[in-house]
Amino acid sequence: MSETHYHHLRDLPSRHILGAGTPMCAGCGGLATLHQVYDLMGEKCVIVNGASCLTLLSVYPYTPFRGSWLYTAMACAPAGAQGVRDGLDILKKKGRISEAEDLAVVVLTGDGSAYGMGLSATSGAMDRNLNFLYLCYDNEGYGNTGQQFSPATPHAAHTATSKGPKGYPGYKKDLFTIWAAHQPSYVATVVAAEPLDLARKIERARSLTGPRLILALAPCPTGWDYEPSATVEIGKLAVQTGIWPLKEYVDGTVIHTKIPHPRLEVREYLKAQGRFRHLFAPRENREMIAEIQAGVDRYWQHVEHEQEQPRS
Amino acid sequence: MTRKLLTGNGAAAWGARLARIDYLPAFPITPQTEIIETLGSWIEGRELECRMVTLESEHSMLTAAGAAAVTGVRVFTATSSQGLLYATEMLYTVAGWRVPLVMVNVSRGLSSPITLEPDHNDVLAMRDCGFLQLHCATCQEVLDNLLIAYRLAEHPTVRLPVLVNLDGFYLSFTREPVLIPSQAEVDRFLPPFNPGSIRFRGGEPLSEGVAVLEGSAYSYFRYQAHLASLQGLAVYEELGQEFAGLFGRSYTALECYKSEDAEIVLVMIGSFATKAKEAVDRLREAGKKVGLVRPRLVRPFPAAPLREALAGKKAVAVIDQNLSPGKGGILHGELASALYGMAEAPPVLASFVGGLGGRDISSEEFFEIHKVVQQAVNEGVNPLPRLLYTEEELRGVRTMQSVARAADTKQGGGA
Repeated sequence: MSETHYHHLRDLPSRHILGAGTPMCAGCGGLATLHQVYDLMGEKCVIVNGASCLTLLSVYPYTPFRGSWLYTAMACAPAGAQGVRDGLDILKKKGRISEAEDLAVVVLTGDGSAYGMGLSATSGAMDRNLNFLYLCYDNEGYGNTGQQFSPATPHAAHTATSKGPKGYPGYKKDLFTIWAAHQPSYVATVVAAEPLDLARKIERARSLTGPRLILALAPCPTGWDYEPSATVEIGKLAVQTGIWPLKEYVDGTVIHTKIPHPRLEVREYLKAQGRFRHLFAPRENREMIAEIQAGVDRYWQHVEHEQEQPRS
Repeated sequence: MTRKLLTGNGAAAWGARLARIDYLPAFPITPQTEIIETLGSWIEGRELECRMVTLESEHSMLTAAGAAAVTGVRVFTATSSQGLLYATEMLYTVAGWRVPLVMVNVSRGLSSPITLEPDHNDVLAMRDCGFLQLHCATCQEVLDNLLIAYRLAEHPTVRLPVLVNLDGFYLSFTREPVLIPSQAEVDRFLPPFNPGSIRFRGGEPLSEGVAVLEGSAYSYFRYQAHLASLQGLAVYEELGQEFAGLFGRSYTALECYKSEDAEIVLVMIGSFATKAKEAVDRLREAGKKVGLVRPRLVRPFPAAPLREALAGKKAVAVIDQNLSPGKGGILHGELASALYGMAEAPPVLASFVGGLGGRDISSEEFFEIHKVVQQAVNEGVNPLPRLLYTEEELRGVRTMQSVARAADTKQGGGA
């Protein structure tokens, strides 16, 4: 990534093109991500949306987007992207529009669609090598309906449907690896709290064609139960504790773009959020915190091990 | 113009080809598959300049179809049965986008029990989605109505997707002589698609499918689609005349066969109506004043033409190749709502359900229907709804049941 234009925060776009005054919650990590991505992508794109919180950005007769928008349904935004991309390609091929009238096609969904209901349509779009960018803002639950657990919910988190002392019994699905297994053009994780890393990844994604995923951890004050002002801090903690590894997949290789060093204890991230409060009060659940820490440690040991191996 | 033996599926493919479709999102399902295979082979052979994409489901197929139509290209797609139902959410959705795509449904009964054989429960389950529905009885009608369907869908006062229905097996796989018009002739009837203001282009931002959060806007847009659909009736009649002027074959919302002076009228849709016509001829030979009225349009529902065609009749027998459990025949209920309160409403409106899951309707059954309805006229009592089903069939099912039970016993299910 030596050719990046983004070395300092001052290199980031100073023009902000997504309108303000939307009905999103204060401190919405999804909206923060979209602001940054949209500034980088520009208005020459069609956002193809599946059911999620950000669907409510465009409520008749208002929209914060300067470019185009198509709401489809929860299961099928990538198929909508297929239709738009094919439509534009047909129009270009048959000489009915000029190259200047072409548009980039961007799918925008939350984790409920990206990790679950829309996974079949996503896999199909990758099979067909569809030229599109998928932006998933992952707030780790069905946020728009009040934060029930989704396939993206982390182990032990309290959600509206996992309120017991052990929280969510399942484990967060590894969407990054599921995408990478399809061998698409690009897969990257980002978080709005690391805007330079995010900008470089959007830059990289835009330089490529084919299926590309930007998977953004989206801290959610309403669903994760913390003060809206803490969204950036929680995003940074997710990276510093190693629970949200910043990485990218290109040409069959996974590269970690920001290795936390020193890596903070995961409890720093957990205790900042009400959804993990039951791990600390009324008394500390050391076993469960240790289990989560062990999972993160195992991940990074694996990464370090891989880095020590000479590539064949 | 050439004359060729074509299956219903072949006629559908020819209709789409002559309409110069730009985009074909596809997914195979029996008995529709021949349509996309035929179009696919023409695309491969460069006889048709169209992009075909096989999606991973009908739900995605309809999404891609609608999204491409919003982008401004002419779209065709086809499905059947379970595929149609799998796409249900998107049928409603793309109708709300007001995109003028055309879809063929090759009718097939619904699970469960799972079957490949035809009836109309699949297409009638989509009554309320906003697609206009054209129902065909012959292979020629399939080809011709595909061309009319594009004009209808793209008409500025309609601008809704159109579903063209043909019966699985009985029409999809039956070869009939079909007149295939030349491309130049079709081009005179169907000009290139003009997407108007609904299209995605760089520099022309457009928001499509946006949410509304209150009932007044929702009601407005839904009712607008309803009014647009209702416009489709007059537009179809106009297009039918224009088509007749160019091709010599005329299409109206209703096919009325010997119904003008009839006292008893059969009402049904689809290819089995050709069997009904044959039965009408035989009954006429026996001196019975019988006729047939076959709606080609089911949505919009041609209520006014039906009232006109059925006013003053002694009896109407509706033959439904569908079954709404807990209600009965769907078209019977729809027709009743159109006739109720009319000054010259037929006093007898009888309901027959038959042809489910590929079951045939025999000439004898049409005669029996006539007999039952004639008796109802004589007695002045509306007959109870009936299922067309023979004792022989019942014996056959009893045999199957005994086989099924015998197998259970062999596997240790019995004592």
